[in-house]
Amino acid sequence: MDKILLSHGGGGKKTQALLKEVFLQSFGAGELSKLDDGAIFDSYVISTDSYVVNPLFFPGGDIGKLAASGSINDVVSMGAEPLYMSAGFIIEEGFPVSDLKRIVKSLADTIKSIGVELITGDTKVVEKGKCDGVYINTTGIGRIVKELSAERIRPGNLVVINGNIAEHGLSILLARNEYGISSEIKSDCMELWTLIRPALELDIRFMRDATRGGLAAVLNEVVSSDWGIELYQDKIPISEEVKGMCEMLGLDPLTVANEGKMVIFVSEDDVEKLIEILRKHPGGKNAEVIGRVVDDVKGRVVEKTVVGTRRIVDMPVGEGLPRIC
Amino acid sequence: MKFVDEFRDSTVIRELVEKLQNFSFATPVNIMEVCGTHTVSIHRFGLHRVLPENVKHVSGPGCPVCVTPNEYLDMAIALARMEGFVITTFGDMMRVPGSRSSLEKENASGADIRVVYSPMDALKMAENEKDRTFVFLAVGFETTAPGIAATVKEAKKLGLKNFYILPGNKTMPQALKALIDDPEVKIDGFLLPGHVSTIVGSNEYRFIPEDYGIPCAVSGFEPADILMGFISILKQIVEGRPSVENTYLRSVRPEGNIVAKAIMKEVFVPCDSEWRGIGVIPDSGLDLAPDYMDFDIRRKVEIEIEEPVEYPGCRCGEVLKGLVLPPECPLFGKVCTPENPVGACMVSSEGSCSAYYKYG
Amino acid sequence: MCLGVPMKIVEVKGDSALCEFSGSKREVSLKLLPEAKVGDYVIVHAGFAIQKLDEKDAIETLKMLQEAGII
Repeated sequence: MDKILLSHGGGGKKTQALLKEVFLQSFGAGELSKLDDGAIFDSYVISTDSYVVNPLFFPGGDIGKLAASGSINDVVSMGAEPLYMSAGFIIEEGFPVSDLKRIVKSLADTIKSIGVELITGDTKVVEKGKCDGVYINTTGIGRIVKELSAERIRPGNLVVINGNIAEHGLSILLARNEYGISSEIKSDCMELWTLIRPALELDIRFMRDATRGGLAAVLNEVVSSDWGIELYQDKIPISEEVKGMCEMLGLDPLTVANEGKMVIFVSEDDVEKLIEILRKHPGGKNAEVIGRVVDDVKGRVVEKTVVGTRRIVDMPVGEGLPRIC
Repeated sequence: MKFVDEFRDSTVIRELVEKLQNFSFATPVNIMEVCGTHTVSIHRFGLHRVLPENVKHVSGPGCPVCVTPNEYLDMAIALARMEGFVITTFGDMMRVPGSRSSLEKENASGADIRVVYSPMDALKMAENEKDRTFVFLAVGFETTAPGIAATVKEAKKLGLKNFYILPGNKTMPQALKALIDDPEVKIDGFLLPGHVSTIVGSNEYRFIPEDYGIPCAVSGFEPADILMGFISILKQIVEGRPSVENTYLRSVRPEGNIVAKAIMKEVFVPCDSEWRGIGVIPDSGLDLAPDYMDFDIRRKVEIEIEEPVEYPGCRCGEVLKGLVLPPECPLFGKVCTPENPVGACMVSSEGSCSAYYKYG
Repeated sequence: MCLGVPMKIVEVKGDSALCEFSGSKREVSLKLLPEAKVGDYVIVHAGFAIQKLDEKDAIETLKMLQEAGII
């Protein structure tokens, strides 16, 4: 690769290739090579993310709420209680202060709602045209409360998700209005600590939040060469509106971004209790068992179709441009 | 989703799968579909796995992006590099590799290339940005050509001087004839494209059973539709009565869409066209008619390109004729993958190789 | 190049219409289907309505094709 393409930022195979070819080359084989959402040190977890969403304000949220929830969710997915955050802002010259205040308030409201404290930050201003309004980087720090590891996943374990998929990605497409479609779909952007916390006492093996690249990306990242995942096409929670917009644009909902969804690998014994706990929370009322860990497929994610056959759910490539044909 | 969910209903599907699996054939039966959307649907729902023994689903040249030769892409890229030009295109074309580059790569290098959902969106852009020259990449079969024709007609009505197309539309009937006439290609039945047929009408294909004795079924795109199409073809084979059966009752009429056909005839004229893997097929492409020739970008600018090259070892051509299954191409999954595609069949979201790789 | 979606016409303005599919709305050109009216279901491809849908669901279609000896 000689030039960075937009598809390198999509979260799918191209991103993986970029990480391996450029970053791991320099930073070596330690903790980083796990390519986890966050890293563990002592009994803490640290996770960092940068937010470049365009537009800054979209149905269901804004870049501030996103920047806060995103890093919180990465910390939570590693089995840690989020405690502290840092935030770095890069702001474009000429950006309205009222918008900046709105964004900062969104970020603050989100972290305050779960008692996370913003303890340090940084602000830079660049000339007009050198960044798109505002970019934010946040780093979340949490204390481990539950040991989770993908290595503890076993065939027979079940895959659970807390609710409807593909809402965030579509809300962004709608806000950009590139395809002239209007819809009521809103981003599912939310912090997941309050949802997940009561479930941590259960036999959960591993968790990851599904973000860019959708459910397909997160499952393909996790799957190991020793086992596979079988999804049930008819069990994956998805709203009629999302189904419809994906059909119109030729998008596979499994590859569309989420920002308030946790994929949980849980033992068969605790799955019912998990669903019960999740469904008590507003962000989990559509929680479902969407699949299971199997041993007759290795290293792959497959979906059982309504026809009764299996089809491969591959790691998504590129940005998911709508196809017309 | 109305008109979609009922055709994905598991009870209906179960009944149809049972019917399908009641057929039994002692010798191989090849059913070819010639529509990228059929290819994707079949793989997405794993329908090829419920066919009875000896019955094989073969993908033909149904993906318009896949059958567009490198030369067209090279021309589009050359246009993208011109000062003040905006290339507007359907999303599929972005990542298709030309001889040396792709639209996606050109976009990364600063060219103004915009994905549109409808050619009318490109027209609106041209109206709003009169200082730039807009070129729409006119690719697609008879489902898409009438809309492009209507857009060009509108451009003429508005007197727009900065909107053009790079003609590249293709039509099916001559390509189907070429496939049937090819001694290497063995087809025992055609699953005909539901939306191309919505435009042209099911009568358009009567020559296939009448002149060649090959059974056909026009089918829609949901799993129940495709199953009905397969059943119809197998039934025709068993009963020895080849014809064109329409199973896409809700959308396809024998005469098709007369208004759409008329607009196509007004704006376009048939021309010879090169199909990747098949070669030049007479009267299988669409050029602009004399009254609309001013909208052909090739008449406005000299497009200079280097000699188009194909990647050695790429068997897209044979895949497109259904002679070779994607995994049989030496590049499949090794050198040629969706994230590093060599040929169009792998990168187009409706390419056969892409479908095999992504869905199995 | 066949991706078409069955949409319902909710409003007609000249030669274009506001159409709806499962909660998503979009403006669609009626240049290829000038006779279409509010309440009609149409197949939409690349922003154009290309045919009015005959409201036959899967069960009806199955029955009709069976009766005609097609499947």
